[in-house]
Amino acid sequence: MSPYAGPVQDLIDELGRLPGIGPKSAQRIAFHLLKLPTPDAQRLATAITEAKARVAFCQRCFNVCEGELCDICADPRRDGNLLCVVEEARDLVAVEKTGEFKGRYHVLQGAISPIEGIGPEQLRIKELLVRLDPEGVQEVIVCTNPNIEGEATAMYLARLLDPLGCRVTRLASGLPVGGDLEYADELTLGRAIEGRRTLDAS
Amino acid sequence: MRLRSDTAVVLRTYKLGEADRIVVLLTADHGKVRAVAKGVRKTRSRFGGRLEPLTHVTVQLHEGRNLDVITQAETIDTFRTIRDDLGRLGRAVAMLEAADHLSMEGEPTPELFRMLVGALRSLGENDSALVASAFLLKALALEGFRPQVEGCVACGAIEDLVAFDAGSGGLLCRPHRRGGAISPEAITLLGDILGGRLAAALATPRGPATGEVDRVATALFEHHIERRLRSVAVLDAG
Ligand SMILES: [Zn+2]
Ligand SMILES: [Zn+2]
Repeated sequence: MSPYAGPVQDLIDELGRLPGIGPKSAQRIAFHLLKLPTPDAQRLATAITEAKARVAFCQRCFNVCEGELCDICADPRRDGNLLCVVEEARDLVAVEKTGEFKGRYHVLQGAISPIEGIGPEQLRIKELLVRLDPEGVQEVIVCTNPNIEGEATAMYLARLLDPLGCRVTRLASGLPVGGDLEYADELTLGRAIEGRRTLDAS
Repeated sequence: MRLRSDTAVVLRTYKLGEADRIVVLLTADHGKVRAVAKGVRKTRSRFGGRLEPLTHVTVQLHEGRNLDVITQAETIDTFRTIRDDLGRLGRAVAMLEAADHLSMEGEPTPELFRMLVGALRSLGENDSALVASAFLLKALALEGFRPQVEGCVACGAIEDLVAFDAGSGGLLCRPHRRGGAISPEAITLLGDILGGRLAAALATPRGPATGEVDRVATALFEHHIERRLRSVAVLDAG
């Protein structure tokens, strides 16, 4: 039996389904929302419905966008040879902020997670494959997270794309700038050594 | 404030709030422990990759009100060779999931811990086809659910064994057959795994018989825990 009346419990349940929100946080947020002045609560509700109504996913790369194609896919100055594969649209934003990447993106909308039972067929991988030839992609840069799901996804993509004659590269694992070497964990440091680069003497 | 130290294998993690994770550990001395790693998702976290699933670590835990808090972590083994191979990674994750199902908070299971570390080391050294299934079967035996693999569960006959049924708990002779068919080769492998000849089983190259043992081990395990193992077969397709 739930301890709260219908609408309150419904709100708690809905909030509890959001990522990173446990039952306790859901309860706290629900009661916070109930204490808000009505216009404030209304604004939040409107923001959600508006975003849901107006924002969709790019038909090519699955980035969030307002039309059929996102700004990046629609931009002819982008380098079509390079395709950066990310898990989520927010990762695309992170790569974009570096200003280092001039190619296009593909958002998988998730990562392979054996432990959650999420397999490759649940990601936008078929949609990635059909882009390669028509867009003349020469190199796929796998920018998935450096965790077990991201690595599994990267290895899966490498196995899938390699026979297609596409160059597959992985984002290098390295040390955070400004950090101390002695605090680096063994996995990160080991991969950083493996991914070392030649220093130019000039 | 109480601190304690333990060696553990990280079974899985859950995101918590903005930058934290709940880390599920199978510890050597305290069974399963769920603990909070604060700030671990930040790039600059001092934990780095030390609390990623599939890491053998020494942790220092600070007893909290609800969950313990991890204050320090030192790596014993990262199992690099497993991480860098999609097939091995899939098998390792199946073992982690199985260990998660069989362990309980506050119930020390040093033997399960020892078996898990042993199986992961073995998988790290050789990509043995049967290592995950052997772990599942031996972990079930440790729980007291060792399947009958020497004779028919119904009549005890040791000849003409042709079927295996998870619900019945083992092999069946032709007159009593139920469940799925099983080959003599797979029966030998099951006997090796549960009869103290593990090395022989692990040395067996992948083939139809090892596939049968995989299916038997999964079915038996799922029957015991009364739910599906999610990680099995996720990476087999494609
Ligand atoms: Zn796009
Ligand atoms: Zn019989």
